[in-house]
Amino acid sequence: MNGGDEVVAAPAGPPQPLEWKFSQVFGERTAGEEVQEVDIISAIEFDKSGNHLATGDRGGRVVLFERTDAKDHGGSRRDLESVDYTISRHPEFRYKTEFQSHEPEFDYLKSLEIEEKINKIRWCQTANGALFLLSTNDKTIKYWKVQEKKVKKISEMNVDPSKAIANGCISSIASSSNSSSPRPSYLANGGSPDKSYSYLTNDFPFPPGGIPSLRLPVVVTSHETSLIARCRRVYAHAHDYHINSISSNSDGETFISADDLRINLWNLEISNQSFNIVDVKPANMEDLTEVITSAEFHPTHCNMLAYSSSKGSIRLVDLRQSALCDTHAKLFEEQEAPGSRSFFTEIIASISDIKFGKDGRYVLSRDYMTLKLWDINMDSGPVATFQVHEYLRPKLCDLYENDSIFDKFECCLSGDGSRVATGSYSNLFRVFGCTPGSAEATTLEASKNPMRRQVQTPARPARSLGSSLTRVVRRGADSPGVDANGNSFDFTTKLLHLAWHPTENSIACAAANSLYMYYA
Amino acid sequence: MATIDEPLYPIAVLIDELKNDDIQLRLNSIRKLSTIARVLGEERTRKELIPFLGENNDDDDEVLLAMAEELGAFVPYVGGIEHANVLLPPLEALCSVEETSVRDKAVESLCRIGARMTGKDLIEYFIPLVKRLAAVEWFTARVSSCGLFHMAYPIAPEVSKTELRTIYGQLCQDDMPMVRRSAASHLGKFAATVEVTHLKTNILPIFEDLTRDEQDSVRLLAVEGCAALGKLVDPEDCVEIILPIMVNFSKDKSWRVRYMVANKLYELSEAVGPEPTRSDLLPAYVRLLRDNEAEVRIAAAGKVTQFSRILNPELAIQHILPCVKELSADSSQHVRSALASVIMGMAPDLGKDATIVQLLPIFLSLLKDDFPDVRLNIISKLDQVNQVIGIDLLSQSLLPAIVELAEDGHWRVRLAIIEYIPLLASQLGVEFFDDKLGALCMQWLKDKVYSIRDAAANNVKRLAEEFGPDWAMQHIIPQVLDMVNDQNYLYRMTILHAISLLAPVLGSEITSSKLLPLVINASKDRVPNIKFNVAKVLQSIIPVVDQSVVEKTIRPCLAELREDPDVDVRFFATQALKSSNQVGKSS
Repeated sequence: MNGGDEVVAAPAGPPQPLEWKFSQVFGERTAGEEVQEVDIISAIEFDKSGNHLATGDRGGRVVLFERTDAKDHGGSRRDLESVDYTISRHPEFRYKTEFQSHEPEFDYLKSLEIEEKINKIRWCQTANGALFLLSTNDKTIKYWKVQEKKVKKISEMNVDPSKAIANGCISSIASSSNSSSPRPSYLANGGSPDKSYSYLTNDFPFPPGGIPSLRLPVVVTSHETSLIARCRRVYAHAHDYHINSISSNSDGETFISADDLRINLWNLEISNQSFNIVDVKPANMEDLTEVITSAEFHPTHCNMLAYSSSKGSIRLVDLRQSALCDTHAKLFEEQEAPGSRSFFTEIIASISDIKFGKDGRYVLSRDYMTLKLWDINMDSGPVATFQVHEYLRPKLCDLYENDSIFDKFECCLSGDGSRVATGSYSNLFRVFGCTPGSAEATTLEASKNPMRRQVQTPARPARSLGSSLTRVVRRGADSPGVDANGNSFDFTTKLLHLAWHPTENSIACAAANSLYMYYA
Repeated sequence: MATIDEPLYPIAVLIDELKNDDIQLRLNSIRKLSTIARVLGEERTRKELIPFLGENNDDDDEVLLAMAEELGAFVPYVGGIEHANVLLPPLEALCSVEETSVRDKAVESLCRIGARMTGKDLIEYFIPLVKRLAAVEWFTARVSSCGLFHMAYPIAPEVSKTELRTIYGQLCQDDMPMVRRSAASHLGKFAATVEVTHLKTNILPIFEDLTRDEQDSVRLLAVEGCAALGKLVDPEDCVEIILPIMVNFSKDKSWRVRYMVANKLYELSEAVGPEPTRSDLLPAYVRLLRDNEAEVRIAAAGKVTQFSRILNPELAIQHILPCVKELSADSSQHVRSALASVIMGMAPDLGKDATIVQLLPIFLSLLKDDFPDVRLNIISKLDQVNQVIGIDLLSQSLLPAIVELAEDGHWRVRLAIIEYIPLLASQLGVEFFDDKLGALCMQWLKDKVYSIRDAAANNVKRLAEEFGPDWAMQHIIPQVLDMVNDQNYLYRMTILHAISLLAPVLGSEITSSKLLPLVINASKDRVPNIKFNVAKVLQSIIPVVDQSVVEKTIRPCLAELREDPDVDVRFFATQALKSSNQVGKSS
C-alpha cells in the first residue's frame, strides 16, 4: 500500500477538513502598539476573478491588493512555473494602491456628523484594464475607477513657459486666447486684442501648407506607470438612514443600496436619481418593529434580490413582480422553539449579514449566535445551522451591558459552496463544512499561527470576562503567553469582516487594522 | 520656441494648451481644434495632429467627449473625403472608453464620417474597423461596434455581408449583458439595411433569441425591436412571427417588459394593419390597461388616445372606453393623472355625441379628483375638448375645480393653475372670466408665497394682452390702485412689479395718466426696498412714455431718490437716470 492507493480507496464521503495555513499579513502590529481608530478595517471584498482584494477602513480609505502568483500570461506562465513556481500555488497578494474614498462631513440641515467609515465595498465590471468599484459610508456611495497610467511629460511647446512667466502674464494670455472677449491685460503684451483675435476667427489668411513654425506639444511617454484612482460618480442624498449594504447586479448596469428602512435601485451611469424598491417604514414610526440589516442581489438572476431583517427573516424579492417590492416573493424564517423566549431572543435573532452562494441557490445568513444556510427553494427552514457563539448564551446579559450583543459579524461562502465561514471574538473565525454529512468545524485565530486555537472547546464558558474587557487591544500571535489557556474571550478584539476567495480555499480577514490571509 | 511671430502668439498658446494641466483650457483648445488644423495645414493635420490626438486619449471624459464631437466634423480639415480614413483610428480608440456618453458620441461621429466616405474606402477601412471593435476583449468596444453595422453593411461585398450578419448574431449572444443590450437596441437600424431575403433567415432568429434572453433588461429592449422589425418584414411574416412575440411580451412576468409593450404596442399595430390589431393587439392592450402593476397601467393609459386613433370609433367605444372608465377611478393617482393628460385628445376621434355621452362623465369625475395633478392635467388640455363640444357643458364643474386649485394648500399647485389662467380665459371668454375668476387673480397678488405673487403679476400682464387695454383699465387697474397702499410692503412691491409688466402692454397714455402717479407716490414710501424698486420701475417705464413725461415727472423723482440716505436707493436711482439720459440722446 502506498499513499496513492489510500487516496483511491478512500470512500466518497464528505471532503476532509481543510488544513489552514498562514499565508500573509498586511499592517501587522508590533507588540503593545496601540491601534489607531482610523486604521481599523471595516470592509473586505474580493473581486470576481479573485485577482484583486479591496479593504476599506474607518478613516475612509480604500486599499487595493493584487494577486502576484497567478498573473495569467498564457504560455509564458507555464515557463515561469517550471522555473520558479513548483510548490506554492496558493494565492498571494501584494499591496497595489490606496486612495481616500470618503471624508468626514457634516449635514447642516440635520446637524449630523457623517463619518467617513467605509461600510461596504463592491467590485464592478472590469473594463479596458481598469478596475471599478463602489464604496459607501453611511450616506454616500461612490463609484471609483482605478487605472494604471503611463507617466507622460510634455517636452516641447511653442511658447516657452518660463519666458512667458517672466513676462508675468501667461495666465491672462492663456485665457484671452481662448475666451471670446480678450481682456485688457492682453494689450500689455503688445498686441491689440481686436487684431490678434481675428486670427482665430475669420480674416486670417490660412496658408494652404499651414504655418510651419507652429508645432504640437511633444509628449514623452516614460515606462513608469502610476496608479490613479478617480471618483467617477457620486450617488448621494438618497438615504435618510444609514446605508448598510450595496450590491451590484448581474445585468452590469444597476446596483442597490439599502439602509435601515429602504432599498434603492440605481443605474450606475445615473447619479442624480434612484428608485425606491423596498420601503418598510411604517406610517407611524412608533409602529416600527423591524429594520433592514443587509441586502444582496442574486448572482445571476438580475431580477432577484434578498434582504434580511432585524427579526431574523430573509425576504426574497422579485423585481419583475411590481415596481415597488414591499411584498416579498418568498419569506425565510425559523420558528422559534416554544418556551425558549427571553429578553434577548429578538436581539440575537437579528441577521447581521447575508450572502448568496455563487450558483445563487443557497443563501447564508449570520445572526448573533449562528450561521444558517438556506435553500431558496425551501422556505420551511434552514438546511443547516451552525453554532458559532452558543457558548456565549450564559453571558448574554454582560454582552448586552457592553453592547457587544449588537456587533455585526459578516459571513462568507467558499467559491464551490461547500464551506462557510464567519468571525467571532478574540480575533477568532470559524469555518464549517456544509456538504451533507460533513462535520467540519474549525476554529482559527487571526494570527500567524491560525491552528493554535483549534484544541479549545468553545462550549466551555469563558473564564474571566471582566478582566478581558479592560485589556488593551493586543496582538495574540506575538505574545502567546497572554491567553495560553485559550478560553478567555476578549470582546474588544472581534473579527467582524472576512471574505472567501471566489475560486480557491483562501480567506482574508480583518483583525482590527491588520489583514490576515490564510489558505488551505 | 521664442521665435514665434507675435501675431501667431494666441494660436501658439492655443496649441500648447492641448496639454495644459487645467482641464478647462484643454477643453477650450479641443473645441477650437478646427482652428489648430487650419493653422497646421491639411497635410500636417493628417500626419501630426490626428496621430497626436490618437495617442492622447486618456484624458478626462469631458475632453474626450469634445474630441469625439469635433472629429466628426473634421473631414474638411484633413483634405477632404479622400483622406477621411485618417480620422477613423482616433475615433476607434474613443469607441472603447468606459464612459458611455463618449462612446456614443464617437459612434455618432464615425457614422457621420462613414456616411460621406466612398464605397472603396468604406470597404478598405470602415468594415475592418467594425470587425475589430466587435472582437475586442473589453465589452466597451463591442458595445460600440453594434451601432456601426448599419453603416458598414449596405456597401459590403457579399462575403463580408455574410460575415457581418454572423458577427452581429454573436454580439446578440455575448456573455456581457451590456453588449446584448446594445445589440438589441441597434437591431432595428441594422435590420433596415439587411436584404429582405436574409431578414427572415438571419435576423428574425437572432431577434427571437433576444426575446427569450434571461435578462429583463435585454428583453425589454427587444420590445422596441418588435415595432421596428414589424415595419420591415412582409405583413404576413409580421403577423406570423412578430405579432405572437409581442402578445407574449404583453404577458411577460416582468412588469418592465410589459411597460415597454404598453408604450410600443400602437407602433406595431400600425405595421400589422387593422384586422390583426383588432383580433390580437386589442385584447393585449386591454389586458395592459388592467395590469396589476400601476407603472404598466400608467404607460398604457398614456397611449389611450394614440391607440384609439388606430381603431375605428365603434371598437374604441366598445373595448377601450370601459377600461378608461375603470382607470378614471384607479387606485393609483399617477394612473389617473396619466389618463387625465391624454383623455381630452380622444374627443375629436369619438365625435360629439360619443364625447358627451361617454367621455363627459369621465372628465367631470376627473375634475373632482382628490389629487391636484389630475385636475390640472384636465384643465391644461381644455382647448381640445372645447373644439368638439363647447365649453358650456363643462363650465359648471370647471369653476369649482379651478377655485379649489386656486386655494390649494400647496403653492406649487396654485402656481400651476395660474399658468393655465390665460388659456382658461381665452376658452371661457370675458364675461365668464369677469364673473368668476377676476377676484382670484387679484387674490393671488396677495399670496403668502413670493413665487405665486410673481406669477400672479405676470398673469395680470398676460390677461391684459388677451383682453386688451380697455378691459384692463376697467377690471385690473382699480384693484391694483387699491392694493398699492397695503400695510405690507411686500404686497406693495408686488404691485410695483405688476405695474412695470403692465406698462408696455397698456401703452403710453394709460401708463402716464394712471400708473405713473402711483409709482411717483410710492417713491415717498418709508421702506427703502420700495424706493429702489420705484427707481427700477421708473427705469423700465422710461421707454414706454413720452419724452416730456420723462423730463417733467420721472427725472425729478429720480433726482430726489438719488439724494436718498440709503445707498441702494441712490445706486438704482443713478442707474435709472443714466438710462434716461441715453434714451434722451437717442431720440
